[in-house]
Amino acid sequence: MNLLFGAFLFFGLGALLAVMPWRGAKAATFFGSGGAILGCLLGLVGAGQGLAAGVAETFFLPLSMPGGAFSLRLDGLSAFFLLPLFIVGLVGALYGTEYMGSGGKTRWSGLHWTWYNLLILSMTLVVTAANGLLFLFAWECMSLTSFFLVITEHNLAEAVEAGWTYLLATHLGAAFLFAFFLSASAFSGSLEFASFQVLGQLSTPVASGLFLLLLVGFGSKAGIFPFHVWLPDAHPAAPSHVSALMSGVMVKTAIYGLLRLFSFLPAAPPWWGGLLMAIGIVGALFGIAMAALQRDVKRSLAYSTVENIGIILLALGFWMQCRATGHYFAAALALAGGLIHLLNHSLFKSLLFMGAGSLMHGSGSRDLNRMGGLMRRMPITGVLIVCGGLAISALPPFNGLIGEWFIYRALLESGTVLSGLAAFFPLVLIGLLALVGGMVIIVMTRIIGIALAGEPRSSAAARAHEAGWRMWGAMAALALLCLAGGLMPVLLLQVAGRAATLLDPAAATLLADNAMSPWWLGIMAVFLLGCILAAYGFSRWRQGCGIVPSSATWGCGFAFPSSRMSYSAESYTELPQSAMFCSCLNPSTEDGRTIGFFPEAKSFSFEAPDPVLERLFKPFFRRAARVCSGFRGLQAGQLHVYLLYIFSVTILLLFWVGQR
Amino acid sequence: MDNYNPANLLLLLVILFNFFLLGSSRLNACIRTVAIQGGILSLLPLFIHGFSGHSLFLAGGAFLLKGLAIPFLLLRAIRQVHIRREMEPLIGYVPTLLLGTLATAGAFIFSDRLPLIEAHRGSLFIPVGLATLATGFLMLITRRKAITQALGYLIFENGVFIFGMLLAEAMPLMVEAGVLLDLLVAVFVMGIVMHQINREFSSMNTGQLSSLRE
Repeated sequence: MNLLFGAFLFFGLGALLAVMPWRGAKAATFFGSGGAILGCLLGLVGAGQGLAAGVAETFFLPLSMPGGAFSLRLDGLSAFFLLPLFIVGLVGALYGTEYMGSGGKTRWSGLHWTWYNLLILSMTLVVTAANGLLFLFAWECMSLTSFFLVITEHNLAEAVEAGWTYLLATHLGAAFLFAFFLSASAFSGSLEFASFQVLGQLSTPVASGLFLLLLVGFGSKAGIFPFHVWLPDAHPAAPSHVSALMSGVMVKTAIYGLLRLFSFLPAAPPWWGGLLMAIGIVGALFGIAMAALQRDVKRSLAYSTVENIGIILLALGFWMQCRATGHYFAAALALAGGLIHLLNHSLFKSLLFMGAGSLMHGSGSRDLNRMGGLMRRMPITGVLIVCGGLAISALPPFNGLIGEWFIYRALLESGTVLSGLAAFFPLVLIGLLALVGGMVIIVMTRIIGIALAGEPRSSAAARAHEAGWRMWGAMAALALLCLAGGLMPVLLLQVAGRAATLLDPAAATLLADNAMSPWWLGIMAVFLLGCILAAYGFSRWRQGCGIVPSSATWGCGFAFPSSRMSYSAESYTELPQSAMFCSCLNPSTEDGRTIGFFPEAKSFSFEAPDPVLERLFKPFFRRAARVCSGFRGLQAGQLHVYLLYIFSVTILLLFWVGQR
Repeated sequence: MDNYNPANLLLLLVILFNFFLLGSSRLNACIRTVAIQGGILSLLPLFIHGFSGHSLFLAGGAFLLKGLAIPFLLLRAIRQVHIRREMEPLIGYVPTLLLGTLATAGAFIFSDRLPLIEAHRGSLFIPVGLATLATGFLMLITRRKAITQALGYLIFENGVFIFGMLLAEAMPLMVEAGVLLDLLVAVFVMGIVMHQINREFSSMNTGQLSSLRE
């Protein structure tokens, strides 16, 4: 706990010193990133100690606010969520020193470092707060600091618009959280989490109402379907290491809040889990389908976050349902799968976002169709992106496999134990999850194939340069962690077990049992890694001996093939789009069809806006705005009218008093 | 209490002046009426609480400010900006008078229902105070000119002052002094605002301020 306070101190100092009126950006970057890095190192040690100790540490400092107190608690669940926060925060700060020093970004770097430090600070508070008011305070700080980070490049209209969408979504969500805490404290009589244990005696309908409040409130931050609409706009707009922090860690704090507050509610009826599973699988399918349609790399990755949150939600929902129906073994597997996937996702998604940032940094565009051939020009970044792609596609020897393996096993387990219709649903979910997995491979091969392979599609891409050591070093650290997770799955399981102790002690004891240990997955991964390295060495050796000559790619019979003839990002997804997607996902296209033997010049454009945003939220808010603008007449601008309002209200109040 | 009788007479006079203010369009007369009303009110502490140092200070302070200083400032102001009449009230004089009558009647009815302490039951202070507050409000709502608005605030303050009389013994001197000082400052601010509106919009009409919204 003391180490965490040290971390707070460093974050605060970093935030403060970064906005001092230094001459030039160097000093601001030095202090800002230094504060973040030192704070994260301290916090990492603190979180590791907390995780290893397995005992909850508390800290209490009464404040003069009514109902509020500076009360912290570091237990297994908090430490589990602090781990990815400090890892990604640390690596992101290293990455940011170089990323923010390039292009036109230097002039914002000071303020950006302040917000970056404050974001990590407030996320630490969110995860460790043990008082409702402190939690809400930290939650709002997190929303605001991340809003300011999204609009870092506020000279771009799209960044500002994305920022507003984000702010609106997150505040609407926070309103539900306020409602939750107000009603919860009405039952428990205090805002201290320790007193929330009383909530366990609530009747099921009341508890279900509270659960729904939690789901909407945290869902809008976690980006669960259909509250994900801010996510695909906000992540591309933010600087890449901030996207990594937001997508890798910030959306997970919402999952933390959901789990933490869920643990106070009484035993869940099965439909809670069923609802989470339904939202999860729909979100996963929707997210990955939309990811396949985006030509903006970061937008595609943002949709993939929606997909992964869907998978995590599916696992957690399955855990709740199995626990409610008494299948403790499957419940333990599902909980482990959800938690491990959550940890893994924060690592590989951060890696991929940073990789996308490096591609942008090198080629000057986020558009896949303006990249191409970057593997040759940015080899280190390219290899690291491929590593991230393997991890996110749940392929060995990386960590993505471990979490999904547990989820699949949980579904299979209950599919075989149950019988009849009850067994049907888990088995259908296996199929749907496999479909999602296949689509992830399409999305990743699309990004890798279009951006990294082939020939450059723009002159900027042809002049692309490799990122500096701080950028690729940060990514390499994440890639190594991903690899370590894949090679040592037992470690992941132990870490998740610590968090599970708090949520479901029965599951934790089951998980501690060696029978479930995925040690052989690690051995398989080592073997596979050995095979890959051997194959690579063999091919290099063959090339070196001159057995296989290197020559140009097959030219399809064209004398002068150009990059304009190659597959574009859109054409790559045409097959799944026309064969699999339902029509509501279809992108809007300006027809470029050619007719006749001597066609004229044609242009073709392609756009895939979010259908939920376009068809649901935008019409709703437009209508709400129309209704509300009717009330603008109340603001007459006339002093007399305002006085009349005051007068009439006073008279009414007097009457009201007189009546009593 | 025996002392109520002359005080009640004064309070009835205050109500009469209220009606005059609501019905008159001549600014000079209005300002003088407000001055007389303030002067009458400043006598009240002497009638209720006798000739103690406290009540003498209260009476003297109120008389100086309400009876002399503020009316003098307002009279000087209208001489400088050359206006004599409130030309275009938002609600006419007769309807305002009717509203004022209704408000006064309502104040009397309402004050009967209030849970008062025994000493104040049946006294005229509460209904007259409420009626004067309502008059001030009506003045503020219906008149356009900044100067009549200032008068509205003054009448409003007179109502508050009547209420304050009931508490004058309990109220520390500093609070009284503070209220009076507040009033003086408010008139100064109003004077400055009047001057500014006049300069910016070449009129004293507060309606012009609506162009400042948003």
